[in-house]
Amino acid sequence: MTLAYPISSLKAHPARLSPDYKSTVKRSPQKPLIIMRHTLSELTGPVYGHETVRENDNDLTIQHKGEPLGERIIVHGHVLDEDGRGVPNTLVELWQANACGRYIHVVDQHPAPLDPNFTGAGRTTSDASGYYKFITIKPGAYPWGNHHNAWRPAHIHFSVFGHSFVSRLVTQMYFPGDPLFPFDPIFNSVTDAAARERMISSFDLENTKPEWALAYRFNIVLRGKNATPMETK
Amino acid sequence: MSGITPSQTVGPYFKYGLTPNGEYEWNDAFDGNLVTPDTSGERIRVEGTVYDGDGKIVPDCMLEIWQADSQGRFSDPQDKRALPNTSFRGFGRVGTSKDGTYAFDTIKPGQVADPDGKPQAPHILMAVFARGMLLHLYTRIYFGGEAANAADPVLALVPADRRATLIAQQANCTGNAVYRFDIHLQGDNETVFFEV
Ligand SMILES: [Fe+3]
Repeated sequence: MTLAYPISSLKAHPARLSPDYKSTVKRSPQKPLIIMRHTLSELTGPVYGHETVRENDNDLTIQHKGEPLGERIIVHGHVLDEDGRGVPNTLVELWQANACGRYIHVVDQHPAPLDPNFTGAGRTTSDASGYYKFITIKPGAYPWGNHHNAWRPAHIHFSVFGHSFVSRLVTQMYFPGDPLFPFDPIFNSVTDAAARERMISSFDLENTKPEWALAYRFNIVLRGKNATPMETK
Repeated sequence: MSGITPSQTVGPYFKYGLTPNGEYEWNDAFDGNLVTPDTSGERIRVEGTVYDGDGKIVPDCMLEIWQADSQGRFSDPQDKRALPNTSFRGFGRVGTSKDGTYAFDTIKPGQVADPDGKPQAPHILMAVFARGMLLHLYTRIYFGGEAANAADPVLALVPADRRATLIAQQANCTGNAVYRFDIHLQGDNETVFFEV
């Protein structure tokens, strides 16, 4: 079956059942997924441009009276499709922990301080070339209950739409050289090393603003229609 | 060689960023009400509960829906027939409540053709995200009592004994129709999910 968006692109994703990440055990389907042709329902998707985004929604450091604590960073890059084309005018949302590794979410009660000047949510749209940019604070690592002494590597959660409802992506951006990588079952749920690399931002000295902020580049690659010449099934 | 960016779980803490719903100091880009004043069509509510493989409710689930308008057209320039005279966007997003429930207020979609030009029965696409889900799942919401279900080419792909998991059943007799659509991530009543 040839699909408009080749299904082979999905191989990069983690298996839904990845038992080292314990919560997957009861939250992953056990019956086979049904493979179907893409109809107009799958091939279209929500188009949300600038009307959804307020001025400064992409700067997480100026959403409160004072400045948040932590290391100010620029996170930027391109939303691309697998065919290498920029994905223009697409909504990019992010959320993250503060510099101490604490989320403002009420369920996060780990003993690290909240920052009254940091919410940790942002959104923007990519420009005509697919470029997006955020200003934020480098999030801290945080502990979680998956196994003894489990800590998540520092990460920023991303949500991106793209060209269709089947290009929808929720992922996490990591920071280069994190010592927690080998121990994190969520990061390692992606079994292909090259695919894991694509979740790691690169340090971007060139776009660092002297005496103000370091920069990290993170390109987000979504499914493309002509991604591979071969198609399975 | 290139490749796509892999998916990772939405995690347990997405609410303040993606579905704050007045509980956090952040505004909602989307919510569960898709109906705008100029939207034509039959107003309906789709509601239900999300369950895990132990039958426990899932209170940290995010659900997104995408659908055509009442004439079967999508608010997307890729649908060349899209109508210019409605602000119906066809997209909604909610987080489940503490009790695992959710609700969308929308309109019953019209029919959309399949790639062969055959009409599909009215349906809504749904994407399911949660802590413990490394990659979201896609399902489809069909409507009980809809004659077109019998000839729907996608429902026909689904084993007959599992089709009912895709069909929302009307739960009331008066007022705007309320359709119940529970989601079972796993187990005997596991919802049918699609690899798309
Ligand atoms: Fe996180």
